[in-house]
Amino acid sequence: MHCIVTGGNVKVLAKAVHSLSRIGDELYVEPQEDGLALRSVNSSRSAYACFLFAPLFFSRCRLHSVQSVFRSLTTLEKTVEKCHIDLDKQKDRLTFTLHCKHGLLKTHNLSFQDSESLQAVFDKDSYANVFRAQPRLLVDTVVHFPPSLEEVTVSVSDERMWVRNHVEEEAEASKAMLTELCLASDEFDHFAAQAHNSVTFCLKELRGLLVFAESTGLPVSMYLDEPGSPVVLSVTDSVLEGNFVLATLSDDPSLRKNSTHKTAPPPPDDFMNDDMDSFLIAMDTSIAPGPSNTGPPPPSLSDDTQEEETDDLDRLPNKKVCLRFLRKDGGVLTVLSKNTPYVCRVASEQTTETSGTKACTLKQIFN
Amino acid sequence: AFQINLTVLLDCLNIFGGTTTPGVSTALRMCYRGYGFPLTLFLEEGGVVTVCKINTQEPEEPIDFEFCSTNVTNKVILQSESLKEAFSELDMTSEVLQITMSPSQPYFRLSTFGNAGNAHYDYSKDSDMMELFKCTETQTNRYKVSLLKPSTKALALSCKVSVRTDNRGFLSLQYLVRNDDGQICFVEYYCCPDEEVEEN
Repeated sequence: MHCIVTGGNVKVLAKAVHSLSRIGDELYVEPQEDGLALRSVNSSRSAYACFLFAPLFFSRCRLHSVQSVFRSLTTLEKTVEKCHIDLDKQKDRLTFTLHCKHGLLKTHNLSFQDSESLQAVFDKDSYANVFRAQPRLLVDTVVHFPPSLEEVTVSVSDERMWVRNHVEEEAEASKAMLTELCLASDEFDHFAAQAHNSVTFCLKELRGLLVFAESTGLPVSMYLDEPGSPVVLSVTDSVLEGNFVLATLSDDPSLRKNSTHKTAPPPPDDFMNDDMDSFLIAMDTSIAPGPSNTGPPPPSLSDDTQEEETDDLDRLPNKKVCLRFLRKDGGVLTVLSKNTPYVCRVASEQTTETSGTKACTLKQIFN
Repeated sequence: AFQINLTVLLDCLNIFGGTTTPGVSTALRMCYRGYGFPLTLFLEEGGVVTVCKINTQEPEEPIDFEFCSTNVTNKVILQSESLKEAFSELDMTSEVLQITMSPSQPYFRLSTFGNAGNAHYDYSKDSDMMELFKCTETQTNRYKVSLLKPSTKALALSCKVSVRTDNRGFLSLQYLVRNDDGQICFVEYYCCPDEEVEEN
């Protein structure tokens, strides 16, 4: 097998390798009739990624070693003119030859071992829900979640997609922060939700694809089916196709447990269309109820807040800051997140209590 | 001749703080009155003068590598920029750095042998990074990476480097450092080969 990558494509190849290295430790290299496939899978086999480069054989070598060949992306961009990839089956050797500026030739001979084919079985065309968005939209969405966050839940309806962090049932209520974002269908290039599903998968592995997509400017397509079916994210252009296949939780407990965040099917919300001026904000403090106990926060607020109006927020152990947006017509929107004002959910309860200590307009807060 | 503790010297030189502020320079004057007297450093910065007196010790004999220019078999002078890149990418799992110098291909080659495989960096004699190329015979020598690592600091500061090997395979690295005033100084490293490699 011998293939040559030239010019700007060397950087694309390098980025694909970096992207794959966030999934697993080993790179599977396979030539096919339709091109060269680079694949990786994680140790628990719950995440798989494949990049297919248009126009071979079978081998597997340490991804880390291949990644070190393309270690410095900035240097690569400036100095590498051509990259040759050769496979020598007799010597069990995979060779990357980088032709660089100033007559410098870098040759990396990596040892590899034969292995069985790595191929994930999925049929994204049969999936009920298909979306496509510019990478910026997804990058801006995931930035709201801490890097340490393991899993995220994506729920879809006809016009909306919700992305929220997945919190384990056993998590301590006082330490849990719930963040949820809502994306409207018009923010996507393509939005087709036939089934109102909710799936939970690992966010960390997705980030590798997003970095690649953002740097190459390619739109990301997302294929969602029922919980248990993997979610597939892919990027394509004329010379490559990348697919990231991530396993999802088969029984999504977040669907059952949290009536406080229940959004499927969500009430017909006109929040998006509301003029912000029509809202007052009340800042409340409360003892945070756990997701599995008492119930939606606002009713309990009315009991406790009277006593805690003047209390220092930090002194009480289970404080949760809750910004309540009170619609003038009586409905309530509640923001549960402490630091991302764009995050909100529609509360299912209807209350007109305004047991807050401070009130100000939305605009003042957002300035 | 005398000997002083290097850490102490560094601490004195950094007495005004390690970081360099642009536009602010520290002046240094070193004085030695003779055997038995301390090495005196006068450091001035921004009108403040500090005097450091460092006690001297009996000097130990430094290693003499017996490297002389008459025994040099191969010599190249490269612009540091290209070597900096190579050294920053060196496979750290390799214990040795192998240097091949030859009048024929591959001319000047740096090789590492790490866990995953080997890597070669070939500099063509016609490269515009190559300022001087004088190789009389094909030589391949290996040097312990741990011994060469300290030289990367000088490499980072330098604009040119001369790489020479003698008939025993001893390596001489000379770095040309140009400071802000345009003054030139040289830093020199010597390293003995790890093992004899008979190869063409």
